[in-house]
Amino acid sequence: MTGPEPTLTARARQAAESVVDPELPMLTLADLGVLRSVELDDDRAVVTITPTYTGCPALVTMKADLRLALAAAGFPDAEIRTTLSPAWTTDWITEEGRRALHEHGIAPPSPVGARTVTLQLLDRPPDPACPRCGSTDTRVVSRFGASACTSQHACSSCAEPFDKVKEL
Amino acid sequence: MTDHENAYSGLVEADSDARWAFGTGFDDPLAGIDASVPPGIDGGRLAAYCLVLGDDSLVMAQRLIQWCTRAPELEEEVALANVALDLLGQTRLLYARAAAADPSSVPALPDGSPVPAEDRLAFFRDPAEFRCVHLVELPDTDFATAIVRLFAFAAWRLALLEALEGSVDPVLAAVAAKAVKEVHYHRDYAARWLVTLAGGTDESRRRTLDAIASTWPYLDELGRADDVSSALLPSGGSADPRAVWSSTRAVLDQVLAAAGVPEPKGAPAGNGDSAGAGPGGRDGRHTEWLEPLLAEMQELARAHPAGRW
Repeated sequence: MTGPEPTLTARARQAAESVVDPELPMLTLADLGVLRSVELDDDRAVVTITPTYTGCPALVTMKADLRLALAAAGFPDAEIRTTLSPAWTTDWITEEGRRALHEHGIAPPSPVGARTVTLQLLDRPPDPACPRCGSTDTRVVSRFGASACTSQHACSSCAEPFDKVKEL
Repeated sequence: MTDHENAYSGLVEADSDARWAFGTGFDDPLAGIDASVPPGIDGGRLAAYCLVLGDDSLVMAQRLIQWCTRAPELEEEVALANVALDLLGQTRLLYARAAAADPSSVPALPDGSPVPAEDRLAFFRDPAEFRCVHLVELPDTDFATAIVRLFAFAAWRLALLEALEGSVDPVLAAVAAKAVKEVHYHRDYAARWLVTLAGGTDESRRRTLDAIASTWPYLDELGRADDVSSALLPSGGSADPRAVWSSTRAVLDQVLAAAGVPEPKGAPAGNGDSAGAGPGGRDGRHTEWLEPLLAEMQELARAHPAGRW
């Protein structure tokens, strides 16, 4: 068996990487870090993605959008696989993705690094800088937001509310 | 491709299912994942254990979403619904894992029924077939009971999931590793609210103490060895409920101390001693509150066993 042409794989990869997240459309799936691999099985595209949150309903939409994008790029019956391990972390959001979030008024997550599961009753994480005015005088409105991956904040300087992609 | 003159055209495009709203399309949450049962593990026992874990999270999620339109603040409603969504996500994976490990654990429906395994397990089992603990069945009578119960549940669930990261079943271990990160947020949320309510007004403190007093007796069941966990324990598939309870207890004590709340009278021993304890949720014996909860949750699906959603 001869391997597929590199250009063909590149084309499938480019199509898959161009798909945007349905809830954070300023991010491509590649920038979000959920696109784990794009391969060719003969001439069939096989894409592996990992869910952000276990219950995230956007996953189905991501899969549908990937199929559409790949079909448009000449891969009519692409297979979309899911992988759970290793679990997605916000550390996989690319620099480009963080810049895009910030430009759209969403504070990007801080590095997670080594996970800690100690109870954060008193040692709360530092409040994020306001993505609009840059002030660090902000407060948490709620650790849960309009989508599974965001928390709600408010800036005390410019008085604007903003979302933040919370560390996971 | 899209007819911009017609706002509804996008809804009916054959090649864009799930485009118009999230959550309208479902597929097997384990699609593409190797769901074979590892050697040395009994598929039936693994399935039974995954059902136990999924029943806890499903019923807890259902209780939490009952706060929609009723929470004291919009932000809290969003928070409780988010926690419920995470738990529902865990449930889907756990039910799918159970179905893959032992297809006979899935209720049979008439031939040709399009209802997937996870939905059959959620909607087509009777209360006595559920194995959830009584803690998740309790109705919330006010925000304090919701917070106290969620805190106890999340502290226990987190300890359990952390232990399950070491399960010899790679699927269960992966589900647990992913869920740990989410439940960490649930526990923090509820713990902070508990401390806030206990240190708030006289009224909020009174309600919090009442909630702790009424919830704590149900924690006894959590540290008890049960048949389903015990059956899988020697092969390394499950977590030891007694060890999990011990870790949970430390966190409960820490938060009660931070809230300035004395240890409730009759606090559970949690020594795994089930002598004298009656049958519990793990035996299929439930409180009076489970049946109405399931009846409401299951009614629509049962009315349309051949329905597509």
